Amino acid sequence: MLKQLLPAIRATIILSILTGLVFPITVTIIAQFLFPKQANGSLVYNKTGQIIGSQLIGQQFVQPQYFHPRPSAAGTGYAGEASAGTNLGPTSAKFILGQLDDKNTKDIDKSFAGIKQLSENYVKENCLSSTELPPVDAVTRSGSGLDPDISQINALYQARRIAKARGLSLQTIASLIKKHSQDRQFGILGEPRVNVLSLNIALENLDHE
Amino acid sequence: MTLIGCLQIIIYSLLLLVITKPVGFYMTQVMEGEKTFLEFVLGHLERMVYRMSGVNPQEEMHWTTYTYSLLTFSLIGALFTYTILRLQGILPFNPMSFSTAVAPVYATSMTPDLAFNTAVSFTTNTNWQNYSGENTMSYLSQMLGLAYHNWISAAVGLAACTALIRGFARQSVTTVGNFWKDLVRSLLYIFFPITFVYSLFLVSQGVIQNFAPYTVALTVEGIKQIIPQGPVATQEAIKMLGINGGGFFNANSAHPFENPTPFSNLIQMLSMFILPAGFTYMFGKMVKDTRQGWALLAAMFILFILGTFICYYFECRGNPNIRVQHVETSTNVLGDLGGNMEGKEIRFGLADSALFATITTDASCGAVNCMHDSLTPLAGLIPLLNIQLGEIIFGGVGSGLYGMLIFAVLTVFIAGLMVGRTPEYVGKKIEQKDVKMAMLFVLAGCFSILIFTALGSVLELPNKSSINVPGAAYNNVNNTGPHGFTEILYCYASSTGNNGSAFAGLTGNTPFYNITSAIAMLVGRFFMMIPALALAGSLVQKKYVPPSSGTFPTHGGLFVTLLIGVILIVGALTFFPALTLGPIVEHFLMHNSKLF
Repeated sequence: MLKQLLPAIRATIILSILTGLVFPITVTIIAQFLFPKQANGSLVYNKTGQIIGSQLIGQQFVQPQYFHPRPSAAGTGYAGEASAGTNLGPTSAKFILGQLDDKNTKDIDKSFAGIKQLSENYVKENCLSSTELPPVDAVTRSGSGLDPDISQINALYQARRIAKARGLSLQTIASLIKKHSQDRQFGILGEPRVNVLSLNIALENLDHE
Repeated sequence: MTLIGCLQIIIYSLLLLVITKPVGFYMTQVMEGEKTFLEFVLGHLERMVYRMSGVNPQEEMHWTTYTYSLLTFSLIGALFTYTILRLQGILPFNPMSFSTAVAPVYATSMTPDLAFNTAVSFTTNTNWQNYSGENTMSYLSQMLGLAYHNWISAAVGLAACTALIRGFARQSVTTVGNFWKDLVRSLLYIFFPITFVYSLFLVSQGVIQNFAPYTVALTVEGIKQIIPQGPVATQEAIKMLGINGGGFFNANSAHPFENPTPFSNLIQMLSMFILPAGFTYMFGKMVKDTRQGWALLAAMFILFILGTFICYYFECRGNPNIRVQHVETSTNVLGDLGGNMEGKEIRFGLADSALFATITTDASCGAVNCMHDSLTPLAGLIPLLNIQLGEIIFGGVGSGLYGMLIFAVLTVFIAGLMVGRTPEYVGKKIEQKDVKMAMLFVLAGCFSILIFTALGSVLELPNKSSINVPGAAYNNVNNTGPHGFTEILYCYASSTGNNGSAFAGLTGNTPFYNITSAIAMLVGRFFMMIPALALAGSLVQKKYVPPSSGTFPTHGGLFVTLLIGVILIVGALTFFPALTLGPIVEHFLMHNSKLF
């Protein structure tokens, strides 16, 4: 085995430099040249040039005049430095019924909104009738906690709330949703969806017109 | 299940079958040492690597020398990574100052046991991660410490499998090839060119590739949001192609910066299977009977497609506990965005998530685009069972095919027992020593998975114990009831199988889990690779026996059926009791609205 030691060390050094440094640095230079926007995170700027987020990373919206994203398990919600799902299983009581904060541990907030609370809130917020049920994507958390999209039906259910909060017609909002919906890629791959950030920026621009 | 969902699965399958032959043909060219069309670009580099490493690529190795080289090289690699991880605080490419005094508040510290677990995990091609990349690893640790192994461990697996194929293909010799030559040629001619194009494709879809510190955005509602950055695309590409699966970010391929579009998702799924699929063709080509390779591919494909549809079906059926909370889950209304959407991304929906979960565990990849912990019980059983069967349904780079060949050896052995003839496989007599090696391979896996799971399920430790802060080993689960048991079982199945996906609710970053799962990974890698190489050493010395009228043909439907039978019976006999305690009982409890 000793005879193999020297080649092993030398090969490790040279191959690690090739694969671990030369390769990623070369690709970075080419990528920055070919696709500068994507390579730097598809960042979105406001009119004054400030970064307001990324096209690909979901962000938190709680105010009634905005479309709300799905609930998120990343940190306190859409924390970019802490991507995560809940990792709760289908028979978890916490997942379905939620959890109250433990009063004994003052520094840690253990409260957790289960499907039950999320569903009730969604119905109340959006004034759903008794025949309208919240779509499942509106009450479940994504795998990354940073899902930028919601389903079209989720967006449509939220439209009434937004129309009321902004004093716009329902039709205006509905056509905006339609305009900002993405179909399946090449008509077949993935799922139709609406990017929440794009939609909310479009709402803001509507006000300014 | 929806029509469009099934259609996506079928499109994937067709693409896979179409590219199998060209990929396999090219792999054969490279590994047989023939000149390829890239020779004029990479030939100089290849010779330079040999020269600087001080190896003679022409020297043919006995299987023991081959194994020593491989082991020494893996050991040095593990030490190398351990060192980088421990020293990342003082090394360059650390814009977020991880492991330093000025690290951000959300940073996790790189403890010795975590560094050990991670170094073993990446060396063994497992990529089990007890850390979150975005708050633990510097860019140097990611590129040089971790992604280095994504390249190397894949190339090592490819080399080992090539050696076993030579065992079948050569006759009456003692040598199985040259480890260094196999390693370097596969790296330069297979992994480099594909990863290069693949990385740039990923960037075009939105995967980031830079060395900038994290961006701070002020969101529309005026909240601060940290947007992570880093050299993700290169690491993502080799992570998928090398079937490693260790994500740059905690959320892995569910993270929009790792897998931003359905198209990037399709290519990621294809890239997990192309090399193992190509390997079956390469096997057929090298033993000079391509039908043998197609037979193995057929067995793999049948098991794969079955698993996919079972997983997809149960995800579409969803979770009745969600439904009773007045939520619309029907796929008739919502299409592939109904059913069980917990832990899934909208852009992928049910079909692409179920397909990805099956592929990543058939292959020994372990990248995830949905959270396996949140799958419905029987849908979650499929990834678990795929791993337990030994990751031979396509499987890892090399490790998949050598695992499948071992099952092929067992199949002809069992068939031989039934008719009372000495078994043969592709012209080699299978004798006592060969069957012993094959059984060692099978038993090492079962032993590691079941013994460690038992330990994790019962071990009592004092509260706040230094080796496991939550106390007893079973306290680390995120879900109680049968689901908690499944988390532990999945942890050791995944680490033994060198998969790396997780029922990620389990708190793995404690000395107890870091060390036991690292041992499971080492057993799963080397106690399977060494018997495979020993088998190569034994087979290579044998003469070729031309098929006679009494030879059991190993390229037809009967063999494929028997092979699938042997795989399922060995898997079922070993793991059925454990599976009943986990996902199977949970399935019935879920339908009776029992919560834990």
